[in-house]
Amino acid sequence: MLDKRIIKCFENIVGRGNVSTEKADLVCYSFDATQQRCLAEAVVHAHSAEEVSRILRLANEEKFPVYPRGAGSGFSGGSIPTQGGIALVLQGMDKILRIDEENMVAEVEPGVVTEKFQEAVEEKGLFYPPDPASLKFSTLGGNVAECAGGPRCVKYGVTRDYILGLEVVTPTGDIIRTGGQTMKGVVGYDLTRLMVGSEGTLGVITRIIIKLIPLPPAKKTMLIIFDSIRGASRAVSQIILGKIIPTTLEFMDSTSIDVVRNATDLVIPDEAKAILVVEVDGEEELLEIQARKILDIVAPFGVVEARVARDKAEAEDIWKLRRSISPSLRQVNPNKFNEDICVPRSKIPDMILELERISKDVGVPIINFGHAGDGNIHVNVMVDCSVPGEEEKVDRALEEIFKATLALGGTLSGEHGIGITKAPFLGMELNDPTIMYMRTIKKALDPNNILNPGKIFSASGQV
Amino acid sequence: MISNMKKLKKQPELRDYADDIKQCVKCGTCHAYCPIFDQEKREPLVARGKVTLAQALLNGEVDIDERFMENLSKCLLCGTCCDKCPNLVPVDEIVMASRREIAKRKGLTLFGTGLSTTLKSPALMKLMLWLGKTFSWLVFRKVPEKSGLRLRFPAPYIKRDRTIPKIASKSFREQYPEFISGEKDKPQVVFFTGCMVNFMYPHIGDAAIRALKLLGMNIHIPKEQGCCGVPALSSGDGATVDELTRRNFNALSGLEADYIVTVCASCNAGLRGNLEKTGEEGKALAAKVIDIHRFLVDQGIGEKLADLPPAEARIRVTYHDPCHLRNQGITREPRAILQALPGVEFVEMKNADQCCGLGGTFSVYHYDMSRKIGAKKAAEIAKTTTRLVATACPGCMMQILDSINHAGLNQQVCHVLELLASELEKARTGK
Repeated sequence: MLDKRIIKCFENIVGRGNVSTEKADLVCYSFDATQQRCLAEAVVHAHSAEEVSRILRLANEEKFPVYPRGAGSGFSGGSIPTQGGIALVLQGMDKILRIDEENMVAEVEPGVVTEKFQEAVEEKGLFYPPDPASLKFSTLGGNVAECAGGPRCVKYGVTRDYILGLEVVTPTGDIIRTGGQTMKGVVGYDLTRLMVGSEGTLGVITRIIIKLIPLPPAKKTMLIIFDSIRGASRAVSQIILGKIIPTTLEFMDSTSIDVVRNATDLVIPDEAKAILVVEVDGEEELLEIQARKILDIVAPFGVVEARVARDKAEAEDIWKLRRSISPSLRQVNPNKFNEDICVPRSKIPDMILELERISKDVGVPIINFGHAGDGNIHVNVMVDCSVPGEEEKVDRALEEIFKATLALGGTLSGEHGIGITKAPFLGMELNDPTIMYMRTIKKALDPNNILNPGKIFSASGQV
Repeated sequence: MISNMKKLKKQPELRDYADDIKQCVKCGTCHAYCPIFDQEKREPLVARGKVTLAQALLNGEVDIDERFMENLSKCLLCGTCCDKCPNLVPVDEIVMASRREIAKRKGLTLFGTGLSTTLKSPALMKLMLWLGKTFSWLVFRKVPEKSGLRLRFPAPYIKRDRTIPKIASKSFREQYPEFISGEKDKPQVVFFTGCMVNFMYPHIGDAAIRALKLLGMNIHIPKEQGCCGVPALSSGDGATVDELTRRNFNALSGLEADYIVTVCASCNAGLRGNLEKTGEEGKALAAKVIDIHRFLVDQGIGEKLADLPPAEARIRVTYHDPCHLRNQGITREPRAILQALPGVEFVEMKNADQCCGLGGTFSVYHYDMSRKIGAKKAAEIAKTTTRLVATACPGCMMQILDSINHAGLNQQVCHVLELLASELEKARTGK
């Protein structure tokens, strides 16, 4: 579909070195962290809003799909070029344009890696809290497009809560600006919020204005080991009921604990059936009191052991334990179906019971860990797809999980987005008029359906 | 020797890594650590891109064309991604196996051929020596004379004029006997010199001998030892790797040594890695291979150094971690030695553990990229304001010197052992 003439146009727009149709390059832009793969017909690296604009205008004239891509580390297939066309790579737009200490605002290009940005603002005593597990390599543009979360969101909120304004290239190639750099602003529709979490379907983000807050002076990390998952999940509810919002409140179930035993130097007693990792931050002298309070609250729920990290190294050991889970899951089964459902915090104990039931009913291991503090559970259905019948089990398990989630007033995705992996389930959560409302927006803004087609709504890509 | 007859296993094929390749879940962690990705921000240059390419080659999805070869050539083999990979995918092994696959199907690339042949054949190496001596101004980058720089380190081991590796007039192994006896109850130690020490930096070898003698070791320097095989591995020449490994196996296995000591980080990784793949006997031999810094610390050099008289003045020294030591967790020992030297004030540099950018054949193919990575290292070195950069690998020394020269810095580069030896000399002569 992309003939030589169009490739030549790309070269004129971005320069020859930024365009490739070589198979050995296309293969490397065919995937994200879902490991699903589709080949684009060309990879195009853009370095300015103007370049993006010209590419999108060309796409509308020539009717080819454009798939914007940051680090390609998403968990829902948001950047995968499912219908050919081009992978539009924005990773080269990686400048931090300014950090304004007086107004506690920063402006960046979309390809800036989240952690690099955090380091830069923290040097000035400022803080950008969203901390997706991928923060060492995912880009801010991708974080905004997916509305990334992370452990600290319990206390500080998600990416959406820190985005003041954007520069966006619309699907038809116009360059627009949403929001601004002021703390308040109600002029016109809130397009910033519409763009955040739109998964690259409504525009290509080329500049981001970010709100910053003061960096908390200290933090304290605790590891609390329980003798049952029910005890741990009730402890979570009680902490919230106690009107304490920790910075992070992470949990691990017994299988998660088993898979990381080898990956840690920490001694985990055999009777450990669930673990909570709790962190509080703020003024040094208040942390002791908060930590004490939390330990008192959880005490009645079968605490086997509670440890408070004495220094940075001990805190890091605790976090390493938590972070080792995801990559260690392969020990259970080779194929992982990773969902990120979110339920109201008070419903965590019920959801855990439901997950235990579903695992038993369907006969597949389901491993749960994640952000208990905000009800966002990472549910991992572990199977071996090479065994006949296993894939059907996955489908059944997922459907049951989503049903239970929605019945408890939850949502299908807390932070990963819908992309292609959850698109088939969209109708379970949203009613037809709601989906139609969204599609109407998409159709109005992208009449030729060239920007990230096939995502969110249906695999066929029809608007 | 019976072991001459031994049939040693060859280097594995790419398809032998099929399961390792599957372990890559494309999470993207490698983005955060790859020195090349840091510069270029291109997916084919980072681990998960290369692993996907290897997989695509095995599946028959891609052919080996020019771009495929180019993408696979852009890897320093520094192993940082392997260390940081949550699933511990052996990316360096997969890249090397892919290069062997390229060589198998397409033949060795021009540069690969030249290098492999040279290292395999002592006669050719001798010719290179002669050429090098005669035309070293062509082969090696000339260093600007820095008249303002006067190193006050009173030692014969740091020769401030000797800032670029010239080919030595007499190789290290030609200068020494095959055996130097030590104390009776002390271990039998083979000194595996490696090519750079043997031909370019014999004084590092001198320093190693001095340190080993200090501990009373019985030292073997078999003349028949050869190249560790790293350059051939890096250029995908499996047959040469196998041949060099066989030669080293034969040279080393008959000696009944307790340890095989290396002073070059890459030789350490190459020799050990290659021997391990040859079978059970090779594995046993590989288990004896040890980096000299770790060896000296284990054998109690700390006590000996504690006896040295205090220094009148101390020189500020920083340390660069060679990838092939860092990958094995050998980061503490070279620093421990430096810190134990009375004449040294040790200064830690930021990102000491990041690759210098040499990457064996990488810097020959991709000198521009190599220079950019080296420039980052030079910038960190500059910030330390030390006089010296010590490291534990002649390859890193060469690259860092080049980077320093480009950056116009005043620092000098040396091997940790050179400093150690010069302190010993100072103590002996009392100067």
